[in-house]
Amino acid sequence: KICSGSEDRVSRSFKVAVVGSGPGGFYTAHRILKQVPQSSIDMYEALPVPHGLVRFGVAPDHPEVKNVINTFDEVAENPNFRFIGNTSVGTFVTPGSKKADLEVADLAQHYDAILLAYGAHEDRVLGVPNEKSLRGVMAARSFVGFYNGLPSEQDLDVDLSKTDTAVVIGQGNVALDVARILLTPLEDLKKTDLTEKMIKILEKSTVKHVHVIGRRGPLEVAFTSKELREMLQLPGTTFHMDRNLLASEMERAGKSLDRPRKRLMGLLEKGIKESKPNQPKSWSLQFLRSPLEFSGDGKDGTLKAIKLGINRLEGEDNNRRAAATGAKEELECGLAFRSIGYKSVGIQGVPFDSRKGIVPNVDGKVIDENSNIVPGLYASGWLKRGPIGVIASTMADAYQTADTIISDWTRGEPMLDSLSSGGAPVLDILRSKGHKVVSYQDWKKIEQKEFEMGTRLGKPREKFVSVDEMLKAID
Amino acid sequence: MPRPAPGQGIKVNFITREGETVTVEANEGESLLDVARANDLDVEGACEASLACSTCHLILDDDSFSKLEEPSDEENDMLDLAFGLSDTSRLGCQVLMTKELAGLTAKIPSATRNMYVDGAKPKHH
Ligand SMILES: Cc1cc2nc3c(=O)[nH]c(=O)nc-3n(C[C@H](O)[C@H](O)[C@H](O)COP(=O)(O)OP(=O)(O)OC[C@H]3O[C@@H](n4cnc5c(N)ncnc54)[C@H](O)[C@@H]3O)c2cc1C
Ligand code: FES
Repeated sequence: KICSGSEDRVSRSFKVAVVGSGPGGFYTAHRILKQVPQSSIDMYEALPVPHGLVRFGVAPDHPEVKNVINTFDEVAENPNFRFIGNTSVGTFVTPGSKKADLEVADLAQHYDAILLAYGAHEDRVLGVPNEKSLRGVMAARSFVGFYNGLPSEQDLDVDLSKTDTAVVIGQGNVALDVARILLTPLEDLKKTDLTEKMIKILEKSTVKHVHVIGRRGPLEVAFTSKELREMLQLPGTTFHMDRNLLASEMERAGKSLDRPRKRLMGLLEKGIKESKPNQPKSWSLQFLRSPLEFSGDGKDGTLKAIKLGINRLEGEDNNRRAAATGAKEELECGLAFRSIGYKSVGIQGVPFDSRKGIVPNVDGKVIDENSNIVPGLYASGWLKRGPIGVIASTMADAYQTADTIISDWTRGEPMLDSLSSGGAPVLDILRSKGHKVVSYQDWKKIEQKEFEMGTRLGKPREKFVSVDEMLKAID
Repeated sequence: MPRPAPGQGIKVNFITREGETVTVEANEGESLLDVARANDLDVEGACEASLACSTCHLILDDDSFSKLEEPSDEENDMLDLAFGLSDTSRLGCQVLMTKELAGLTAKIPSATRNMYVDGAKPKHH
């Protein structure tokens, strides 16, 4: 049943279910709680622990970025907010997906609005031979999840002791995060919340050289100056890139460069000029290269080299394409991290645009394939706009979705109908099935134990890396 | 930090997203972000002044901007990610109030537009 009309809305509470506890979910909840005093929000999170990529994506040596968690904690302290952790909503439509604890339809009768903010967990593949079969080739996102303690990535086969050369494919901030973790002195990383498991692996690491490869040119890189600056400041590490290519590209772009690009190109120039030669370690930016094939050692199936196609740039400024020249080269390496982007996956009962990899929406209001609005359904975060942008842009975007939701509520637009109940019956159903729900207080207990383990190891926190351990920490 | 007694603080003007000018008073040494927050103005400061977010972005008047020292490289790195960057943009958490800055005007950059709320709605069922 769909409910509409604003009279009854003045007096009763506004019940919202949020699916996902990353910045997209939390910032939307923040805004709604602030602007609609009678709102009450239940946030469902598949994992026992909250905060999404702030916990499992953001690099361990960037603790300052994680200060956003203080705002999330404040939201969670609001008496009208409830965290329902360890509870997934919406079975993914990809074949073989595990059944979710609840479907969107189970929530519909208990809330006025459902906000989908479950992010973009699948990574894009190159689609070239041996990408999936060789040891040593993996998704950067999986590797990041592994070292940040994401339970589902703990079985990843990570061995950094068999080669001195790693390649990262893609030139965004995640690519530089991976390169930096591989090259940063271990003493520095030991002071972060990098998992002990990863520290043990890094202790045996033999990786000395990291090549970061992109299919287009320096003007098209996606990383930002902060991350580049950090790479250029790595101790004992030489930086290589094609000085002539940079000069010719800068000349071509001339005055059309905006300030951020201009600063970034200036930083590259300075990096080349000031790089100390012949250091024990090195990293490089390589341009105009597309992986064509991974090749391995026939005996143990381990990566040995990547065959690269050499490109040239074609098309208009601002929209240049990489076109193959037909020339090829081979780059020897024992590790390759694919970092070319992510995509969201659809869940049952919700419209999904599989070409764009998002839930179709107008400023957060979900629409179906015929552009009709779907009453009561909203989207936020990477699921809404696609997997690009930092937390600050995800925040601005979440506020926009919140404004859309608030506008529908106050104007009496059709939404779902929660008059029946609110979230309590959903919790009852879950508990009667023997399902263990994690509250924000429970999470704080888990976190407290992580802090304590961290103190013993001389680091800010030591994360639990399995769902079982997390749940045990509450008992 | 306690608020300055009326008439005792350094005067600062904020132009809100709605275009309204609000005059408030600041303590010496306080950042523009703190001043904005203490007066319930809508400036975020998501990373709590640790130069990791750009959500405290403000656009200053030319005169005040030129009185300040150049932003650090780290501040500029974050400004590069700010929405609506202009020539006199600064991060509010990095600008500390001094008597010389009395009368400073800081514009809070407008957020992304919401077409849906503004009425450009898709059709209904
Ligand atoms: C490796 C990496 C590093 C990054 N580093 C930075 C950085 O340094 N600075 C910065 O500003 N930005 C960084 N970002 C970007 C930032 O993380 C994103 O902008 C932001 O996290 C997106 O928020 P979100 O809420 O859409 O998604 P997410 O943060 O992914 O949150 C989605 C949440 O939904 C949960 N979920 C998934 N499926 C379900 C389900 N079916 N039911 C219930 N819950 C579900 C997930 O477990 C997760 O908690 C980084 C991103 C990555 C990938
Ligand atoms: S508060 Fe984050 S940069 Fe100023």
